[in-house]
Amino acid sequence: MLKKRITANLVVKNGIVVQSIGFRKYLPVGKPAIAIEYLNQWGIDEIILTDISASARGNGPDFDMIKKATQKCFVPLTIGGGITHVNHIKELMHCGADKIALNQAALYKTELVTEAANIFGNQCVVVSIDGIKTPDGYRVYDYLQKKITTHEPGSFARLTEEAGSGEILINSVDRDGSYLGYDLDLVNQVCAHVRIPVIACGGAKNATHMIDVLKHTNASAASAGNFFHFTEHSVNITKAQIQKELDVRLETHANYAENSWDNHMRLVKKGDEVLEHMLYVHIEKELI
Amino acid sequence: MSQSPTIVIIDYGVGNTYSVINAILRLGYTKVKVSDKEADIKSADALILPGVGAFDEAVRNLKSHHLPEVLNETVLIQKKPILGICVGMQLLAEGSEENGWHEGLNWIPGKVKKLELPPSYAVPQVGWNNISFNNRDPLFSRTAESPNFYFDHSYHFETKPEHRLAWCDYGIEVTAAVQKDNIFGVQFHPEKSQTNGLKLFRGFFNSI
Repeated sequence: MLKKRITANLVVKNGIVVQSIGFRKYLPVGKPAIAIEYLNQWGIDEIILTDISASARGNGPDFDMIKKATQKCFVPLTIGGGITHVNHIKELMHCGADKIALNQAALYKTELVTEAANIFGNQCVVVSIDGIKTPDGYRVYDYLQKKITTHEPGSFARLTEEAGSGEILINSVDRDGSYLGYDLDLVNQVCAHVRIPVIACGGAKNATHMIDVLKHTNASAASAGNFFHFTEHSVNITKAQIQKELDVRLETHANYAENSWDNHMRLVKKGDEVLEHMLYVHIEKELI
Repeated sequence: MSQSPTIVIIDYGVGNTYSVINAILRLGYTKVKVSDKEADIKSADALILPGVGAFDEAVRNLKSHHLPEVLNETVLIQKKPILGICVGMQLLAEGSEENGWHEGLNWIPGKVKKLELPPSYAVPQVGWNNISFNNRDPLFSRTAESPNFYFDHSYHFETKPEHRLAWCDYGIEVTAAVQKDNIFGVQFHPEKSQTNGLKLFRGFFNSI
């Protein structure tokens, strides 16, 4: 059976991966190439890199940054930000992208979604939607102009599906960087409107939140940015925890089966005797 | 075969060629080229036909690069091993119904059809799925039983059982790999399937 995906969102601003909080505040994390290399080693299922400064610059994606960042990426990589023309997509495919994400184009230039799907197939086209809660229900948020549009996320997702999108990335402006968990109602609204896979994003603090969104919505993937950056082996550990309840892929041999966690799902240190014994356990490096 | 075969990744405009070459270089092969030139293709020991794209666009691009004639000769007459990936695998078929009927290279009998799935299954199929294979050699010679690979597709290759090398369960049995003689194809993306993908490439290159 197809597994649920655990994906990482890398938000890039002016060439640097940042921690994004509420679409307003950005704290530097580091170089995209290093973030990608580590996420790979830790067995992430997919990476979505969004360059939030590209559209504002207005001269297309930052191909140099992307080419450098993708060399050690052996998992699927979606690139978003600044794409206004199919030639940008062609170039991105030569820079290591496997899929592309459209956000501004989905709002204001739907024909690019269709054109991209006709050339690259709909499986290559991800539409990324930022949803925000308003007194009248959820609306699509335009991060560039910093304004709330009249679109409802669910019906808007449906429109982009009809235009040729093959996947929806739904992000919650309210939950972004909050560590409060996913906005399940928002994700459910989008899932109810489309047949294509939905990636949920915004608000994840740990494996518990990911299990929540994957169990209580039809999302195919749970994505996180911030919390993966700050703990060693964050991806392996999170997936090992999720695997107890859901079918996810473990890339490494480390399944943390004998570990225990605290209330925040952080690893608890093993006993001294166990650690001493582990010193003498020999693990063969796997030959490919 | 020599220690380091000459590998040519066929460049016809719509493939994720950079991802494929990165994966192959990672395995330590040194004579790897991305090219659409007849001379390169004819002197290769193994060919990769990558693909991210719609079928009709892929066929149009193959033709505009004058590749079908060159490939027919190298693959059908010279019998060079070739591995098609994703839409590159679908191109091996008689044709596809994506965006209307379009003819493929017609090397392996069968047609590429839209995934017709029970309603609860999302289309495209995106993500990691385990496969079952009928024959281990050579592609799966180094992977475990039932390895997982990354899939991303809305259409799949309906072929005869004797050419279907592997399948995955996604509401129906979806063709995951095909083979006929020296011609191989995989629906999933080995270049994006971490260790299992690298093992598949190793199995393929070791067989030549």
